[in-house]
Order: sequence, then C-alpha cells, then structure tokens
Amino acid sequence: MRDQLNILVNGKPVTVPPGTLVAAAVAQAGVSSFHTSVHHEPRGPLCGMGVCFECCVTINGQAYSRSCLTLCEEGMEVQTNG
Amino acid sequence: MQKLNPTFDIIIVGAGVVGAACAAECARAGLKVLVLDRGPVGGGTTGAGMGHLVVMDDSEAQFALTRYSRELWNNLAPDLPKAIEYVQCGTLWVAADDQEMAEVHRKASFYTQRGVRVEVLDAAGVAAAEPNLRPDLVGGLRVVEDAVLYPPCAARWLIELALARKAQVRTGTAVTALLPEGGVVLADGSRLSAGAVVNAAGPWSPALHPGLPVRKRKGHLVVTGRYPGYVHHQIVELGYLKSAHAVGTDSVACNVQPRQTGQVLIGSSRQYNAEGTEINTPILQRMLRRALEYMPGLGRLTVTRCWTGHRAATPDKLPLIGPIPGNNKLWLATGHEGLGITTCLGTGRLLADLLLKRPTEIPAEPYAPARLLRALETKPQECAIS
Amino acid sequence: MANRRLQLEVTVVGAGPAGIAAACMAADQGRKVAVVDNSPWLGGQIWRASAHPGRGLAGHWINRLRQSGVSVFSNATAFAAPAPHVLLAETPDGVLELNWNKLILATGGRERFLPFPGWTLPGVMGPGGLYAMVKSGWPIAGKRVVVAGSGPLLLAAADGLKQAGARVSLVAEQADWGRVVRFGINLWQHPGKLLQGAGVKARLLGVPYRCGCWPVKAEGAAQVERVTLTNGSRSWTEDCDYLACGFHLVPNTELACLLGCAMAEGFVQVNEFQATSVPDVFCAGEPTGIGGADRALVEGQVAGLAAAGAWDQAQTLFGRRAAWQSFRAGLDQAFALRPELRELAAPDTVVCRCEDVRFADLKRCESLRDARLHTRCGMGSCQGRTCSAAVRFLFGWENDSIRPPLFPVRLASLTGESSPSVNHNLETPQPSNK
Repeated sequence: MRDQLNILVNGKPVTVPPGTLVAAAVAQAGVSSFHTSVHHEPRGPLCGMGVCFECCVTINGQAYSRSCLTLCEEGMEVQTNG
Repeated sequence: MQKLNPTFDIIIVGAGVVGAACAAECARAGLKVLVLDRGPVGGGTTGAGMGHLVVMDDSEAQFALTRYSRELWNNLAPDLPKAIEYVQCGTLWVAADDQEMAEVHRKASFYTQRGVRVEVLDAAGVAAAEPNLRPDLVGGLRVVEDAVLYPPCAARWLIELALARKAQVRTGTAVTALLPEGGVVLADGSRLSAGAVVNAAGPWSPALHPGLPVRKRKGHLVVTGRYPGYVHHQIVELGYLKSAHAVGTDSVACNVQPRQTGQVLIGSSRQYNAEGTEINTPILQRMLRRALEYMPGLGRLTVTRCWTGHRAATPDKLPLIGPIPGNNKLWLATGHEGLGITTCLGTGRLLADLLLKRPTEIPAEPYAPARLLRALETKPQECAIS
Repeated sequence: MANRRLQLEVTVVGAGPAGIAAACMAADQGRKVAVVDNSPWLGGQIWRASAHPGRGLAGHWINRLRQSGVSVFSNATAFAAPAPHVLLAETPDGVLELNWNKLILATGGRERFLPFPGWTLPGVMGPGGLYAMVKSGWPIAGKRVVVAGSGPLLLAAADGLKQAGARVSLVAEQADWGRVVRFGINLWQHPGKLLQGAGVKARLLGVPYRCGCWPVKAEGAAQVERVTLTNGSRSWTEDCDYLACGFHLVPNTELACLLGCAMAEGFVQVNEFQATSVPDVFCAGEPTGIGGADRALVEGQVAGLAAAGAWDQAQTLFGRRAAWQSFRAGLDQAFALRPELRELAAPDTVVCRCEDVRFADLKRCESLRDARLHTRCGMGSCQGRTCSAAVRFLFGWENDSIRPPLFPVRLASLTGESSPSVNHNLETPQPSNK
C-alpha cells in the first residue's frame, strides 16, 4: 500500500493519500468549478453521493464520471469540463 | 337530437405537430378553430419523435409532401424561436456495400432531377464528413438542406401561432367520440359542435374512427449526454429503407442525430403489435448494436435516457389528409408514420386549402382518405382512447 | 469489458445499514447472497459519514458482513431489470447480470434540495454530502461553514465537519424551536438517540443552533462567499466558504418503482415481513419511510430473514421495529417544511440544475409532463432526482414515469453484449473475504 497517490487534475500533479475521492483531489487542486451548466455557469458537487451528477468530470477519458463516487488511483488523469 | 349552433368552424382533435400545424393554418385563414388534446401540447407521438426534417423518395407522393413541407420549414428557419433548436445539419445516407452505393446514385439522380441539392460522397468523403463513423463505409449521399429540430417546442410554437390568430386550445381535454353532423363528445359527456372536425390524433385516431387503417408502430430512442461535435449530420443507414418497408417483422436501423444541445440521439426501431410503452429490451439492444456497427465509439458515450413512442402507420406509407368519403364534416390529418414532424406544415396547408376549397400547392389526391376508405360509419359511441 | 453473469438466491441492492443487515441475516440462514452498491465503500451514507466507522454499530455490522460469506460488489450501479428475476448493474469494467430468487431493496434516501437564489454556486452542498466527502479527503480545515436547512442530519453533519477542523459558524434549522424541542423530548423513547444527541451537543458547544430560520440567498463570484438568512422578520448575512444546506431526506424509490412495487405517499408499501407488492421483492430502510439508521437496521434484519424464509425469527424483531416507527413519525412531524420555503425561488432561480431550467420557465407549464417536454426539466443526468422534490413542493407535480436506465450508463452497457473472452455460464459467486 502506497503512502501517497499521484494523479493529474487538469494536467496539474496532485498528491493525495489512498482513500481520497477524486472530488476531494479536485478541491485540493484549488478547482471549484467541476463543470459548467447548460448556460455556462460554474458547478460543483451538491449531493456527495452520486445522484445529482454535478460532480461529473472526465476521468481517464471517460466523461460523466462521478468524482464523488470514485477513489483516486495512481496515474489517474482528471479533467474538469469548463 | 337537438341541433346545436356551431360554435367553431373547425375542431381539431390532437395537439401534436400535425394538429398544431393544421390549427395554425386554419386560424390564419380566418377560421374559428378549437384544438383539443387529452394531454399537453406535443405529448403524444410528437414528444417521442426524433425531429428529423427530411425529404424522402419512397414514392413521388411521399417526395412531393416531404419536399414541400421541408421547404416551408426552411423558409421559416430565421423566425423560429431558439427553443425549437432548428439546425440545418443535413442528412448523410451511408452506404455499407456496393448495393447501397447504387442506391446512393439512384437517390442522387432522383433528387437532382427534382431540384433537391445533394452531394455524392465516396469513402474518403464520408470519413471526412463524419470522422466517428467506421472507416470502411463505401460512400454516402449528403442531402444538404435537411434539418433537425426539437419537436415538442415546434408543436408548442405552432399552437402559439394558432392562439395568436384567435384559435382556442384546451389541453387535458379528452374526446371520446366524433359526431357525424359535425362535432365532438368530451369525456364529461358534453358536446361541442363545429362545421368540421379534424382527427389529428395520430396512433390513437382509430379510436375515433373504428376501422381506420392506421396502426401503431412502436419505436425506441436513446439520448446521450452532451458531446458537441461528435456527430455533424443526421446519419441514416441505407438499410433504413429495408426497415421502414418491413411489414410484420420487428426491425432496427442505424439513425443517429446531433441535437443542438450537443446530445446524440440514437434510433431507430419499428415494431407492430407492441402496444405498450415500456422499453422492449431485446429490441433496444439490437438497435444499439446496429448503431455501434456504424459508429463503434458510441459505446463509450453516456446514455441519459431511453424512451418509446408509437408512430401512426398506414398501409401505403402515405398520410391521410382530407375528408372522410361521404361526410364532409369529418376530416383526417393522420397516419404520418415517421414523417410527421417533416410533413406537418405541408399537411396544415393542404388541409386548410381543402377545407376552404382553395387550390392546393401540391396535388392532394395521393393523401385522400378515399383511396383507403369507403364511407365509414361514425356513431356517437363511447370509445376508450387507449 | 468484463461482464459477469451470476446466480444468487438473495440479491441486496444497497450496502447501507438496511442492506448490510439484510445480507447478514440471509447469509446466516445459509443463503447465497450478493450485495451491490454504487459506491466504493460499505455503510451507505449514514455509516460512511459516521464519526467512527470502525467502532460501534457500524463497525460491528460491517465486520459481520465481511465475515458472512456474502459477495459484495462495490462500484456497481443497478440500472435495469430487463426480465423477471434479473437485475443489471454497471461496474467500471462492464455489466453485472444478477439472476436472483429474492431481491431486497435497501436503496436508502438522499437529501432534499430546494431552490433559492444562488443555490447552484460551487460550495453550496448538502450537509450529509459535504461531510461524506470530507471523510474522504475534501479539504475543510479552517473553512467557514454555515449549515442550514432541516433535519437531524444538520447537527450530525455540523458535528462531523467541526471535528474535521471546519469553522461551523451557524446551524440554521427551518423548523420552529417548539417542534424541535418536542422532537428532542420524545427522544426519551430512544435512549441511544438521546446519548448520541448529548454527545453531539457537547461537541458543538459554541456553535449557534437557531430554529425557525432559513437561507434566502447565497452569493459569490466563482463560488459561495456569503449567505443571507431570515427568520421571517429579520434577515442577516453570514460570510462562508461553504453553505451546507439540505432539507431532510427523501427516499430512493426509483428501482422499486421500476419493478412495479406499490407505493403510498411516495414510499414503498411493505407488509410486516418487509415484502413489497411484487412477489419475491422486499424493501427495507428509508425507501419505506425516513426513519434513520436504527430503524433501517431492524427492517433490514426482518427483510433478510423473511427472504430466507425464517419467518419466526423475523417475527421476533417486530417489537423492536415498532419502536422505531414512532421515531420516524416524530421526524416527519418535527421537520415538515414551512410554507415560506415555497417563496424562495426567484423567476430566474434555476430549479432543474441538469438542464438549467428556471422557475419562470416552469411557471408557464401546466404539468410535469408539459415541463419535461418543453423545458427538459427532469430529463438530464440526474433524471429528476434533484428537482423532483422541488417541483413537488413548488407545484404539486409528481413524477410517475420511470424507465431504464435508472442512472446514466455507458451505451455499451445497454447492448446486452458480452466480451468474447468472458465465460457466459452462470457463475456462483465465491464469498469475498475482504
């Protein structure tokens, strides 16, 4: 078990302990807007449990990935969408 | 029976795109119009449809109506509200083999001779036009001025046009029977009279006219999340024609649309004898696998929703537009199968012209109900509209 | 893609208290059991968010599950029931097809959100949601948090956030003080809850808990920076980095509806053995009534025993379950939504977040169906889970249309395709020893 995991958030390296949510890593990277709404307003997580879909980011190329339900893995590439 | 003073010139049953277009045209002509629908505007077939505005060439009559109607849409395009999401993306008919490519050439020449702008594409051309299609297709036909729009808002807009021209609309108002002397019976038993009644109830029109040769043909659709730029044209496989022609068997065909929202809309399926609205999993699976055969990358897209709808299908694939033979108070505007959105404007024009005994802009005989019906008896009986 | 096909005697959907208890009971009776849960962890929301997951009731039950021989499928989102006794769940790698004899729905609840100006700003989250994410690394230390809305969850979340280093400046409960006090007084019937409450109170010393007040707007540039609250006569503004605002809980009943279970007032109807109206389908916990973890635990045990045919043993729990029904009734009464909350949305306040549909757009619609068709309200990714409570509260609209997929899924998951390298035969799951 590693002490720390290294992932990329919008190309920026972020180091987190195992058991960290992708959403938390995005917040740690200082990003508050996880995606933008239909009318281009910034949005972030709301429900924290995978039902609202406001935490969605692209993880390793897969869009609509719920970052509040996904744990960080070594080498993950996370893109927030706007 | 007591004679009622006609309060309306025309009562239209059905506030889908066809009923709404008829209402807009009749109201524009100065007729006193009432539209009735048991549900909301555009809540039937219209609400479930793809919204593809397409010229089709199965027959001269089908071509005439689709071309006429598409032109009406395209001329209105600059004035359409944003909510209708009109996009002139064109249709790309794709050929997977030489037989289908021969069909490309046949269609090209058919359309070109009749003044419809098309481009024949070879394999490289198709790949350039749609990079997410599988690379080994043989070629395709781009019909440049075909378009897409969002049907419920189109119906709502047409209803608003009718309202602006003094029509009345009552949603949440079910019609249980038509009166042969000109009128309708509502669910609460009350009656409304009119100079003429138009049955624009789509797949439910036989409930008001027992024996009407309109059958429900079920379809499935799937919409994805937002992937702007994934698809550029409405992509239809030429095998679609085999699907649309198939009678009695369930069929699927690849039909992929870019919505203005960036969502990808994926169809299509056709089934008779499937009256329920529930998702039919085996057909849905077949439909999606067919789409994957043309666009393998679709598998990774996120699907937000799936739904079904019923088309109103006639035996000869042409709609019924005109009076019931033997009774000029009962009219039909139904049976548009998968072309209701495209042809609603043309239908509205034809219907208004026929009602007002004006010359029609295209020949109306091919769509005359008389071609399929003898005079139907319509007694004021309680019919459950299922 | 790794698609798998499994044959189970009992499948449990949801690994919260109800699901864990149900699975353990059924396994104890010798049944082959699988639990599917859409998250990476065990415990659902309430036990994930609890202060000490390794200890206490949560720890006890989670350990029991791990030793029970139950197969646990995490990161598995149930999305369709394409044939009788078949459930499909999407995993990161493919689709799980579960062929079950008995199904237990333990899908829990979710926070209720109501729209008010600024509620869509980043940093406005559900209290339970924020706390749950803080437990998994969301940085909160030193941040100012205002907790608002309604329900006991506000205090539990405020407690947890404070322990994680947040500066919780206020807990604003919309219910009037009298109602909350009566609820607190009635906790004497539930001594465990009283102790819990006392502990929370002690830890929250110094944090104002104000009843009869609610947020009216959140403001900020890129994220929330301050919230204005009111008690009906006086308004004031608090600076904050986070606004944790949620109005109690609503049940996750979508899978039950898809299966055709009879509902009553928005909850799944069950008999004394937690059986729904659909043969072989049971339901336990919040979907039958919002009543908290203790009630869910008992209901889960009854459901697990009943699914395994252990009727007599199930009956021995009826008394304990009955005690928690009064707690549930007390919750409903105490934290009912006040009518002023209907006035919060301004014409341009977003109601449907997924499709950015504003209050004014919805006011022009006659029904939910009308709204869905013409504005796409409820037709986005969350499939109406966030806005349904709002449109019910604001307009009285009910959503009665449920179709698969229950959650957005990859298109490939809907094709029924299996990758050629996977064994198509029905598997009997081996017990997982985690």
